[in-house]
Amino acid sequence: MAFDGLAERLQETFKKLRGKGKLTEKDIKDAMREVRLALLEADVNFKVVKSFVAKVSEKAMGTEVLESLTPGQQVVKIVHDELAALMGGAEAKLNFDPSITVFMLVGLQGAGKTTMAGKLALYLRKRNRKPLLAACDIYRPAAIKQLQVVGKQIDIPVFTLGDKTNPVDIAKAAMEHARKEGRDVVILDTAGRLHIDEALMLELKNIKAAVNPREILLVVDSMTGQDAVNVAENFNTILDISGVIVTKLDGDTRGGAALSIREVTGKPIKFSGTGEKMSDIEVFHPERMAGRILGMGDVMSLIEKA
Amino acid sequence: MGSLFDKLKEGLAKTRDSLTDKFNEVFGLAVTIDDDLYDELEEVLITSDVGYETSVDIIERLKKKVRTEHISDVALLKDAMRDVLAEYMESEEPFDTTGPMVILVIGVNGVGKTTSIGKLAHKYRADGKKVILAAADTFRAAAIDQLEIWAKRAGVEIVKHQEGSDPAAVVFDAVQAFKARKADVLICDTAGRLHNKKNLMNELEKINRVIDREIGDARKYSMIVLDGTTGQNAIVQAREFKSVTNLDGIILTKLDGTAKGGVVFSIKQTLDLPVLYIGVGEGIDDLQEFDPKAFAQVVI
Ligand SMILES: Nc1nc2c(ncn2[C@@H]2O[C@H](COP(=O)(O)OP(=O)(O)OP(=O)(O)O)[C@@H](O)[C@H]2O)c(=O)[nH]1
Ligand SMILES: Nc1nc2c(ncn2[C@@H]2O[C@H](COP(=O)(O)OP(=O)(O)OP(=O)(O)O)[C@@H](O)[C@H]2O)c(=O)[nH]1
Ligand SMILES: [Mg+2]
Ligand SMILES: [Mg+2]
Repeated sequence: MAFDGLAERLQETFKKLRGKGKLTEKDIKDAMREVRLALLEADVNFKVVKSFVAKVSEKAMGTEVLESLTPGQQVVKIVHDELAALMGGAEAKLNFDPSITVFMLVGLQGAGKTTMAGKLALYLRKRNRKPLLAACDIYRPAAIKQLQVVGKQIDIPVFTLGDKTNPVDIAKAAMEHARKEGRDVVILDTAGRLHIDEALMLELKNIKAAVNPREILLVVDSMTGQDAVNVAENFNTILDISGVIVTKLDGDTRGGAALSIREVTGKPIKFSGTGEKMSDIEVFHPERMAGRILGMGDVMSLIEKA
Repeated sequence: MGSLFDKLKEGLAKTRDSLTDKFNEVFGLAVTIDDDLYDELEEVLITSDVGYETSVDIIERLKKKVRTEHISDVALLKDAMRDVLAEYMESEEPFDTTGPMVILVIGVNGVGKTTSIGKLAHKYRADGKKVILAAADTFRAAAIDQLEIWAKRAGVEIVKHQEGSDPAAVVFDAVQAFKARKADVLICDTAGRLHNKKNLMNELEKINRVIDREIGDARKYSMIVLDGTTGQNAIVQAREFKSVTNLDGIILTKLDGTAKGGVVFSIKQTLDLPVLYIGVGEGIDDLQEFDPKAFAQVVI
C-alpha cells in the first residue's frame, strides 16, 4: 500500500499514550492531526476534511471518550462511524419509469462512461430488462465504434446516427427506436466534457429536456484529486444529477473523491466500476468505501488493538 | 513563439481564473507576511493536489527565500512563491528530440495516452520529422481505430495488427518499419493499465524488452501520461511504472479544466521525473512543451 493507513497511524499516536489512562484534549488534537493527514492523502477535498475533522473533534472531546478506559478505540470508532455516515449509509437503487426508462451517463473525459454504459446494460439484462445503448458522443475519435464493439461483446443493440447528427436528436431518435424495437431502458453514452465547457454542458441540458432521463449518473474516476468537488458541483448544479458512479476502484487509490462528491452534492453513489471487463460492476457499498478511504480494512479488529 | 505562449495562456486561462481569484483573495486580505498567510498558501497548494508533505516543503523553501532575500512586502511574496515553484520543477537538460527515437507511451486507463500521441505526432511532423505510430493497444474496444484517426489527422503512418493480437508483436513490426523506412520518430501507444495489475505490467515489460533489443542506434524514451485531475495516486503510478521501464518524463494532460496537476511536484521531488509536455485540450494543437514558470503561474 502506498501510505500507511490511518488506523496504523492512530495506533502509533495512541501507543505513545498507553498507560496514560485518560486522554487529554491535547492527545485528541494530536490524533486529529493524523486523521486530517490521512484524509488529505486519500484526496478528500480540503474543505470537506476541515469540516469533518471539526465535527469528529467535537465528538471525541466529549467526556465519555476522555473518561473511558479505552479512549483510543473510541476515537477510531467515532472517525469510522462518522465517515460511513457521510458516505450515505444504505445502498442506493436505480429508479425506473413505467414505460421506457432513460439513463444518461455524464462526466469528464476518460472517466469510464462508455465502459460503464456497457456494464450497466449487461447488469440490467441480467435483471430481465431490455436495454438499448445509444451513441451520443459525436466528438471523440472512434467513440461510436467503441460503443459498438462494447455492445457486440455483450450482445446488446447499439443505436447510432453517426457523428454528423446533433446528440439531442440522436437521443430522441434512440427513444423512438426503443419504442419500435420493444426495448425498455435506453442508456445514453455522452461525450466526455469539462464541467466548465458552457457549450457542451448546455448540450447535456438540452438532451435532458428532450428525453427526460430517470437517472442522470455522473461517472467519476476514483483517482480524482481535490478538483472532484468542482466537477461534481458544476455537473450537479447544471443537470441536477440523480447519482454518481465511481470507476477504476480495482486500482489502489484511496478514493477520497467519493467522499468529497457525496458531501458537496448530497447525491448517492450507486455503482462502482472495478475493472475493464463488462462484468466488473458492483453496487456501491458506503461502509466499505469508508474503510478504504481510511486505509483500515478490518476496522473492528483494529478498534480492538487501538 | 508569441503564438505558442498565447495558446498556453489561453488554454490555461480557465484553470487560472478560479484559482487566481482565490489566491488574490489570500493576498488581498493580507497586510503582513505571517504564519496565517503561510497557512493559507499551504491551503492553496493542497487544493492544487500538491499533497501535504510537499506543500510543507514548498512553504519552508518560501520562508527561507523570504528570510535570505529580506522580503517584507506582501506584494512581492507572490513572485517569490512562483520562483520557488518554478525552481522545484526545473530540470537540468531539456528534452532532446534530435536523431532517431522510439517513444513508449504508458499510463493508467483513460489519462490521455492516445490523444497525446496524436498531438505529439502532429508536433514532430510539423518540425519536419518522419513519424510512425504503433497501435500496441490491441485490447481496448476501438483503440486501434482511434489511433488510426489521429494518424490520419497528423498525416503520419501507422503500424497495426488485429484487435486482440499480441502488443509486443505490433511493437516488433513497428520498430522494423521504423528502421526500414529510416523514420525519425516511432511512438508506441499502449493499452491503459493500472499499475497494480501484475500481468499487465509484465506485458509492458515484454514490450519494453522488444524495443530495447530491436532499436539499434535509436534512442528510447518512455513517457508516462498522468491525468492532471488525478490526486495523490499519481505518485504511486509514476513509481510503479518506473519500476518496469525506466521513465524519462511525464505528459501531464487535461490542464484545461480546473484541476492543477500539482501532484507532479511530489513526483519531481521523489522520483526526479520531469514534466515534458502538458495537454490543454482535445484538439491536435493542444499540447505544449512544459514550462516551469508558466506552470507555476497556473498553480498560483
Ligand atoms: N481498470 C479499470 N479501467 C476502467 C474502468 N472503467 C473504465 N476503464 C478504462 O478506462 C478507460 C476509459 O474508459 P471509457 O469508457 O472510454 O471512458 P469515457 O468516459 O467513455 O471516455 P471519453 O468518452 O473519452 O470521455 C478505458 O481504457 C477503459 O477500459 C474500471 O472500472 N477499471
Ligand atoms: N480536456 C482534455 N481532454 C483530454 C486531453 N487529453 C485527452 N483528453 C480526452 O481524454 C479522453 C481519454 O483520452 P485517450 O487519449 O483516449 O486516453 P488513453 O489514455 O489513451 O485511454 P485508454 O487507452 O483507454 O487507457 C478522451 O476523451 C480525450 O479526448 C486534454 O489535455 N484535455
Ligand atoms: Mg466515451
Ligand atoms: Mg488509448
